[in-house]
Amino acid sequence: MEKRFVYMDHAATTYVKPEVLEAMMPYFTENFGNPSSVYTFSRKSKKAIEEAREKVAKALNALPDEIFFTGGGSEADNWAIKGVAFANRDKGNHIITTKIEHHAVLHACEYLEKIGFEITYLDVDEYGMVNIDELKKAITDRTILITIMFANNEIGTIQPIAEIGKIARERGIIFHTDAVQAVGNVKIDVKEMNIDLLSLAAHKFYGPKGVGALYIRKGVKIDNLIHGGGQEKGKRAGTENLPGIVGLGKAIELATQDIDGHNERIKKLRDRLLNGIMEKIPYTRLNGHPEKRLPGNINVSFKFIEGESLLLLLDQFGICASTGSACSSGSLDPSHVLLAIGLPHEIAHGSLRLTLGDLNTEEDVDYVLSVLPNIVQRLREMSPLYEKFIKGEI
Amino acid sequence: MIYFDNSATTKPYKEVVDEVVDCLTNSFGNPSSAHRLGIDAEKKLNTARERVAKLLNAEPYEIYFTSGGTEANNTVLKGLLKKGDHVITSSIEHKSVKEALKQLEEEGVEVTYLKVDRDGIVDLKELENSIKDNTRLVTIMYVNNEIGSIQPVEDIVRIVRNKSKKARIHFDAVQAFGKIKIDVKKLDVDFLSLSAHKIHGPKGVGALFVRKDLKLKSLLTGGGQEKDLRSGTENVPGISGFGVAAYIAYNHIEENMKKVKDIKRYFIERLSEIQDVRINSPQDDKHIDNILSVSFLGVRGEVLLHALEDYEIYVSTGSACSAKRVGQNYVLPAIGLNQREVEGTIRFSFSHMNELEEVDKTIDVLKSLLKILRRVKK
Repeated sequence: MEKRFVYMDHAATTYVKPEVLEAMMPYFTENFGNPSSVYTFSRKSKKAIEEAREKVAKALNALPDEIFFTGGGSEADNWAIKGVAFANRDKGNHIITTKIEHHAVLHACEYLEKIGFEITYLDVDEYGMVNIDELKKAITDRTILITIMFANNEIGTIQPIAEIGKIARERGIIFHTDAVQAVGNVKIDVKEMNIDLLSLAAHKFYGPKGVGALYIRKGVKIDNLIHGGGQEKGKRAGTENLPGIVGLGKAIELATQDIDGHNERIKKLRDRLLNGIMEKIPYTRLNGHPEKRLPGNINVSFKFIEGESLLLLLDQFGICASTGSACSSGSLDPSHVLLAIGLPHEIAHGSLRLTLGDLNTEEDVDYVLSVLPNIVQRLREMSPLYEKFIKGEI
Repeated sequence: MIYFDNSATTKPYKEVVDEVVDCLTNSFGNPSSAHRLGIDAEKKLNTARERVAKLLNAEPYEIYFTSGGTEANNTVLKGLLKKGDHVITSSIEHKSVKEALKQLEEEGVEVTYLKVDRDGIVDLKELENSIKDNTRLVTIMYVNNEIGSIQPVEDIVRIVRNKSKKARIHFDAVQAFGKIKIDVKKLDVDFLSLSAHKIHGPKGVGALFVRKDLKLKSLLTGGGQEKDLRSGTENVPGISGFGVAAYIAYNHIEENMKKVKDIKRYFIERLSEIQDVRINSPQDDKHIDNILSVSFLGVRGEVLLHALEDYEIYVSTGSACSAKRVGQNYVLPAIGLNQREVEGTIRFSFSHMNELEEVDKTIDVLKSLLKILRRVKK
């Protein structure tokens, strides 16, 4: 097959859709006014932000007053966790999360642990699912926050968020979910699912980088993370990232208008790719839940090889993929998510994440299927482990 | 349209917009990704970092990108200060410093607020006398956003260094960056906050200079980006656009400031044609040339602002951040303005994109508006 460029790393970041870019452009050029200024020229800026807020609210079934723009998903996670912890210190110091959260959540929890909070890190099963009974057992009368991600960024497993929300609400515990990977892929209804706080990031659903949002249900007590001017109703200071926010609004509107249709299309491609991989490449394990997973996500471990070398070779063939999350790609430690689902180190090291997006085609899938098995075979032939395995020594 | 509100925000350069669009559409990779698009995006970050560093004579690895000036200020203050520490600041700081310190005060940090004189300059004797054993930080804004006062930063550094080994120095340079040549090595400063959208760069991006070997606790933890000081997928389009704006500013700083200087000189000259006017930021070496704060006695600033708006002349009363809260201005009273003067204050802030003819038109409009508005007030 002819060499082509195939981007299958949409969980790391996405390109910006032309409609999104078009919506942003006037706010770089003509309508550049500071939304906090009081004259008419800036009222256009202010209005654009409020329209974006309405779009986000609509996508989540929240109220516009409950949406606060941030500098991204990590900021939203940090704000939600640290802000709730500090504001509710008088009620307790216990927080429940899982072992497979994004580092923005995990490190925020570790920070709180250092200064006197108690954190329970729930185990997950072999598919990356949280056990509801264990969650219930972990709750104490000191528990102030449950923070569990909606869908995992590495293995794509989707948690039973509505069930968790119900439990949290019944016990009067604040429930935060990092939905950075879920928006546009899963239908989200914060009211029905009893979600109190939800983080999202525009660049995961074809919006711009550097902008995200935190949904904060009316009445939830939360401290500020960034202090200063009175922007975002006094909750998040700093001149608003006007074009970014407009882009986020447009992107979430597009991403949520036909989730079923989007999923059907992406899933079909994903399954074609996944089935091909499982068929053509022996000693391969699918990581994550077989059904309850993000439509575009494939995470597989190829025994006897290193994911890093696999990535480099794929890149030479024009294929952009990743081993785990992009944020930790510089690190040599195996993914904490793969270890949590029970993979031994050596198998976790041989993992590949392919995440499909809106522009991927059947040709892309077939191209990857024409390249990947040979690369895996080549790497295995260089692997001493594989040699031992073939000889029957292990 | 006459846009005299460049201290609130500026119009991005065309080159900046082109760069942002290129990053949004072509170099859209996540800089942490190991593949070609990731490497591409990482290169964009490196170029931007070098450009911003060059404008400050800093090393690229001393520059950390943030979501803006406010986050940069918050990062320094909250990342350094803890219970029992003492911090010295001025009474005219931007809200992002003032409010962050207020929060820290509640957590047991001790704060000394230095008075300023009628020019808006801190009292160096008071600064010297305020430094104690537990003084951990001196944080003072380089240039004030409302009255343009330029602090004697070299003197501040000298005094602090002479008196304390422990105290670190932070300047909120959001209004100074790209307008005054800053050499962090010569200045020997520890931290500096910057913002892109005040120098014709994009909104939603800023930076923090952290002198090498110094460490701050992170405000945003997570994926470990920006050498673990500021986690979160980098805003590549914003950062790269910031780099372009810094590059242009670096290459044109002298001619741009000369133009702005001429505009301010001419504006002040023509203001002499209007009675009962107080210039709060005269043209001298204590005030920056792109900010002109004027009190028009006998009229309310907001009324004048909205009246000017009808002629498509855009100005502000104080800073944009506090624009909506009338009566909460703390900067103008701090330089000794009485209630009447505070009420009638307008800030004109210039950029090299402004022209002298815009001053003429503004003065003409002001004259006719004041005639009516002052009569109504009486």
